[in-house]
Amino acid sequence: MTWYRHGGFRHGAHPPDDKDDTNHLPIRRFPFAPVMIMPLLPRIGAPAIPTVREGEEVMRGQLIARADGFMSVPVHASATGTIKKIGLVPSINGEMVGGITIDVMPGSTQEVAEGDPCLLDSATPEEIVNAIQQAGIVGLGGAAFPTHVKLKKQDDRYVDTLIINGVECEPYLTTDHRVMLEQSDDIFLGIRYLLKATGAKRAIIGIEANKQDAADRLISVNPDKDRVSVEVLNVKYPQGAEKMLITALLGREVPSGGLPLDVHVVVVNVATTAEIGQLLPHGRGIQERVITITGPGIKKMGNYRIPIGTPLRFALDFVGMEENISEVFIGGPMMGQAVPNLDIPITKGTSGFVAFTENETGPAPKVYPCIHCGHCVDVCPMILNPSQLGLLAKNQQFENMVQEYNLMDCFECGACSYVCPSHIPLVQYFRMAKKEYRKIDAA
Amino acid sequence: MPHKEKTLNIGSSPHISSGLSVEQIMRNVVWAILPIVAFAIYAFGLTALLTIATAVLACVLTEHWFSKKTQHKSTISDWSVVITGLLYGLTLPPGIPLWMVFCGGVIGVAMGKVMFGGLGFNPFNPALVGRAFLQAAFPVSMTTWMPALSPDRFVSIPASVYTFPFATPNYDVVSGATPLAAMKFDSVMTDTSDLIMGLTSGSLGETSGIVILLGGFYLIFRKMMNWRIPAGIFVSVILLTGILHGIEPTLYPTPQFMLFSGGLMLGAMFMATDMVASPITSLGCFVYGAIIGILVVVIRIWGGIPEGVMYAILFANALSPHIDRIIRPVAYGTRSQRTSNGR
Repeated sequence: MTWYRHGGFRHGAHPPDDKDDTNHLPIRRFPFAPVMIMPLLPRIGAPAIPTVREGEEVMRGQLIARADGFMSVPVHASATGTIKKIGLVPSINGEMVGGITIDVMPGSTQEVAEGDPCLLDSATPEEIVNAIQQAGIVGLGGAAFPTHVKLKKQDDRYVDTLIINGVECEPYLTTDHRVMLEQSDDIFLGIRYLLKATGAKRAIIGIEANKQDAADRLISVNPDKDRVSVEVLNVKYPQGAEKMLITALLGREVPSGGLPLDVHVVVVNVATTAEIGQLLPHGRGIQERVITITGPGIKKMGNYRIPIGTPLRFALDFVGMEENISEVFIGGPMMGQAVPNLDIPITKGTSGFVAFTENETGPAPKVYPCIHCGHCVDVCPMILNPSQLGLLAKNQQFENMVQEYNLMDCFECGACSYVCPSHIPLVQYFRMAKKEYRKIDAA
Repeated sequence: MPHKEKTLNIGSSPHISSGLSVEQIMRNVVWAILPIVAFAIYAFGLTALLTIATAVLACVLTEHWFSKKTQHKSTISDWSVVITGLLYGLTLPPGIPLWMVFCGGVIGVAMGKVMFGGLGFNPFNPALVGRAFLQAAFPVSMTTWMPALSPDRFVSIPASVYTFPFATPNYDVVSGATPLAAMKFDSVMTDTSDLIMGLTSGSLGETSGIVILLGGFYLIFRKMMNWRIPAGIFVSVILLTGILHGIEPTLYPTPQFMLFSGGLMLGAMFMATDMVASPITSLGCFVYGAIIGILVVVIRIWGGIPEGVMYAILFANALSPHIDRIIRPVAYGTRSQRTSNGR
């Protein structure tokens, strides 16, 4: 079957992109909050081990927790100040997790500490991978998966293509868009690091057509046209998902339950790439990132370079909230997670947050039984049958869902719930079903 | 600051929706059916109006009563039962006694929909269940036809319409044979242009192919109907009849006659496309349509009755869960496990 190879992946949805509020606004620096909250646990992996004591003075960019093994990343102070507390901090799931709280020193110059540089020309691939881990870099697109883990060479696998993900298919978010426009040099330097680390012969930057200006910019300044190309893709959600992007660009299908490496590809988010290009030559650790703060509930919408660990409440107070704000979620509206309280911090994986007012959220729509319209089947990018899965979830047939209907391939993109005319919360069902299945499977 | 006292909503992603709703789909189907109703009233006069009104009333009342009894909340506001009522009315012959219309409507909704759990759970198209009941119970009334466009259709109503419940209706009008009956029993072919325009006798809503197609195209354009179902039906009917007609033109009718006679258009566009009772995958829908098309031709040409659309659709409705079980979407990444090595 080759018919899907010509620009695209199968199925998918077309939610309105709502990016016009912020896609023309340059990245601005966000002020320092009086307190920074640094969780030790990335979304995936082992928690970092604190290397500082309470009351100790730290400098911005200084290592405050070291990686615990390969599946872990270190944490760097995002502001100069004193360690206030090493203990539990609130997280987006509503539970308390291990973390470090820093009292920011007012009036500090906030100079960034430098470490041992990792120079492109002299470093070996292993050294680059190690430097990326030491810089504390995780996927900035939202998944927050430790970047060095997917770059690690495996004996029996080779990488022929490096894909730089500049798709940013989530509505509202313009983080990657602005980074591509303003940090093209960092991106291309990052790509050279990544090419060397993976051994790939070529890199493709995938960008959706609603960011043509970013694509034009990258094409015009591309210093390495032999190895790096820029591909503009038709706008379709969820093209930014790794598997969809690989299929759209290369026509390869990642096997069920497999990794991009199985088809000789490594996918890295474009903002992550820029961060690699920016940090590695100075041996610095990641202590800030670009986020989009947008949505009808925000007064000063925009793209901001914000210290990691800034409490959400401080960020919201700075940009200003509308009176009738009713829901805030981290990430885009399709896959983003609603925040349980405003005391949680901006983390490395926060690509932005969106605030809705009562006008957008409204009363919960009435849920009807499935009428078999098949819209969910027509949009599911993993070619699953969400209708049938929803029915099975309701009947608690979790094992059947996994074994017969490939539930575990669902990555919760939300396209099915988005189109469902019966307003069935399919994604929520699937999330619950996966959790239940893991319980059954572990038992 | 006022927002400090605010509570934030927490909902599962996605936080936006396409805005499409069940009521919206159902309402649009009603809009698409209304021109057919208008044409039925134009062609058959007051009897059409009375029959369709009675059909809708019977269906809506039945669902309302049952849902009040069982769920304490009426489900008629989702508009799906209005569609059932309209479609059921459109499949009935003009001049049919109203009490029979009412009985069929009650049976169709009660046994075809409510009994299985209401919207989303009906295995058969409830409108056709009602019609099938009438066909079995009152075969004479269901096959007595009035000619279309009779001059006094807007002033007088046939006496049979007012027949007292459970009495035998007395037909005073000389009946006109439908094009299909004429073809089957008298080997008379009706002109295709008359069929397309709806100038023949037949059930209330099935005569004008062009008005039905218009409504169907509207729904396909709004993506509220799966076009693969009528496509499957048309392709299989055209192919099968085309072959038969090519072999023996005197014995078998032309494909265009088959397409525009009887209830095929109405059935293909509005009956077979009942989302609940049809398969969910695109390929499944096409197969389902093809099965209906083949059955229609088989029943019409070799069966004992002139028309086969209703039974073909009911039979395919019964098959549709099995089609879904056999034709499943092939999940991403499962097909390539053997073949893809990245080259």
